[in-house]
Amino acid sequence: MTNDLSVRNIVRKFGDFTAVDDVSFDVPQGSFFSILGPSGCGKTTLLRMIAGFDEPTAGTLTIRDQDMRGVPPNKRPVNLVFQHLALFPMMNVVENIGFGLKRRGMSSAEISKRCVAILERVDLPGYGKKRIDQLSGGQKQRVAIARCLVMEPSVLLLDEPLGALDLKLREQMKVELKKLQANVGTTFIYITHDQSEALVMSDRIAVMNEGRFEQVGSPRELYNDPRTPFVARFVGDNNSWSGEVEESAEYTTICTSEGLHFRARSHRSYKSGTRVDLFLRPEALRIEPKDLTGLNTFKVSVKAILFDGANSRLLTVMPGGHELLVNLPQNRQFDHIEPGASITLGWHPDSGLCFKV
Amino acid sequence: MMGNGFRITFWLFLSPVLLWLFLLIVIPHIDLLLLSFRGESDMGDPIWTLQNYKNFFIEPIYWYTFLRTALYAMITTFCTFILALPVSFYIVKLARPRTRGFLTVLLLLPFWVSELVRVYGWMILLRESGVFNYFMLKMGIIDQPIEMLYNDITMIMGLVYTSMLFMVVPLISVMESLDDSLIEAAHDLEASRFDILRTIIIPHCKPGITSGSIVVFMLALGNYLTPNLMGGKNSLWFTEQIYNQFIASFNWNQGAAFGFLLLVLSSVIIWVGLKVTRQNLGEVAS
Ligand SMILES: Nc1ncnc2c1ncn2[C@@H]1O[C@H](COP(=O)(O)OP(=O)(O)OP(=O)(O)O)[C@@H](O)[C@H]1O
Ligand SMILES: [Mg+2]
Repeated sequence: MTNDLSVRNIVRKFGDFTAVDDVSFDVPQGSFFSILGPSGCGKTTLLRMIAGFDEPTAGTLTIRDQDMRGVPPNKRPVNLVFQHLALFPMMNVVENIGFGLKRRGMSSAEISKRCVAILERVDLPGYGKKRIDQLSGGQKQRVAIARCLVMEPSVLLLDEPLGALDLKLREQMKVELKKLQANVGTTFIYITHDQSEALVMSDRIAVMNEGRFEQVGSPRELYNDPRTPFVARFVGDNNSWSGEVEESAEYTTICTSEGLHFRARSHRSYKSGTRVDLFLRPEALRIEPKDLTGLNTFKVSVKAILFDGANSRLLTVMPGGHELLVNLPQNRQFDHIEPGASITLGWHPDSGLCFKV
Repeated sequence: MMGNGFRITFWLFLSPVLLWLFLLIVIPHIDLLLLSFRGESDMGDPIWTLQNYKNFFIEPIYWYTFLRTALYAMITTFCTFILALPVSFYIVKLARPRTRGFLTVLLLLPFWVSELVRVYGWMILLRESGVFNYFMLKMGIIDQPIEMLYNDITMIMGLVYTSMLFMVVPLISVMESLDDSLIEAAHDLEASRFDILRTIIIPHCKPGITSGSIVVFMLALGNYLTPNLMGGKNSLWFTEQIYNQFIASFNWNQGAAFGFLLLVLSSVIIWVGLKVTRQNLGEVAS
């Protein structure tokens, strides 16, 4: 499989401040690649360099094996869906979509044919004559995407395009975007600070923090096997303890600051006495396990029940006041649990992961 | 009760404005309008007549002067627009915030001195024994002084200089509302710089362009000093015709008629301009 985009050691400095710091990655053709990171970590800066609005301080950027240094945005085979869409208010829907094709000098018959086809594709047939301010948020979204897709770019860049939508629409658009990408087969590079958007849609995700890539991998890899504490904290929910390593063998044994002894995984072996953070997913905690062999167990008291259908959780506190989230399976087995109850929790050492702090 | 109180205050505050409008604009104009329809019969008795208006159309020099004035005012407006567009784009989109304020003050500065002084300034620079000629002679670019004053091009330059601010200010205010990402989006969709100017910037700035153009056109049309001092001897401006009627020929009736013709004809030109560009005055004013 060939790569649509290759980025090597790209750096962007604003004065003394390094916004993008030595980032390298490849995006295979036809894949959905997300860049996930907190606000201000340099995502937009990175995307603007790919689109050509900004030049890297150092590093190379190739699109379909062509070096992009010095190539202006209008000459690059990529298109950008802007964070606030940037639809042209002085034009109607077809004029917006046909804008780029017209600049290519295509005949107006051909342009209108393609506009009709692309409107069909984004599920807005017959909307061509509408003004932009007559569209709903989700429709504008799709027009903005159609306006780029009609250019048949090698790579479509999307800068938090769902950010301006309300929650319900965002959930719906997530699925639609994924379907659309599978349909058209264009390579998507998608920026977001919302981990659930990235997890749902992407083939691969890069987690970015303070200008650097922390980890690149499939959603499953990132979730199940984070390589850095930042990824463990940022992708999905996690409970954490801090403690010290007692022994490093098949599992690492740690003593938490509350004095509990746990066995867990770690990527490398640590000397005893090393300070570590231990991360554990809420769904790894089992309530009142029947078979305790090989499990780490401890007692907690229930503080609150956070009911959210299939996502229901218990908010529990350990004797020292440390709070933990525990998944509450909705199979009616735990209906008897009330706030204030004292319960035993257990977890398998394979599901906990420690990192040196 | 509340409504009543509000209404009284409303009229209280509005009355100076109405008074000002009425005393200084409406009354003199009504008087002028009446004057313009007055004339003398063959016997020398004052009568009501349309003769003053007829003169304008019968005497070629009058309407020829008017056409020339209107045409040159349009050229001035166009040149001002061409110059003001990049200037205001630079001020709004490219200059740093601190430079921006400085540049705006720089634009305002010439208006701190009276127009007369400004025009004489230009004359000192441009005349035969002026600063430009002196330096060009010194540097050996020319070996005889050139007369740069008293021609149409210099006059238009003077008018453009006087009008710049009135085009730049409305352009700046509309350009501030232009989202940068629209320009970037167009650039991303393979538009060249010229395409962006034509399809994004100008359509967005249309209200500002129109209001700026109206102001500049009216100011140029009604300007007296610049065409009179900088223009050539044979380049008559219509305001000079009016002045001549009032002061030189002491024919106030004819002068008043010309004044009204100027008002009506320039309004017609603006109305046609708005129709051609498919706009209406309400949109522009908002
Ligand atoms: N033109 C600039 N000059 C100076 N600093 C800049 C410039 N553009 C961005 N930065 C800085 O670079 C950092 C990264 O900015 P960027 O816009 O890439 O963040 P982001 O990851 O897109 O954040 P968000 O999710 O909030 O959009 C920020 O700290 C920002 O202050
Ligand atoms: Mg951003």
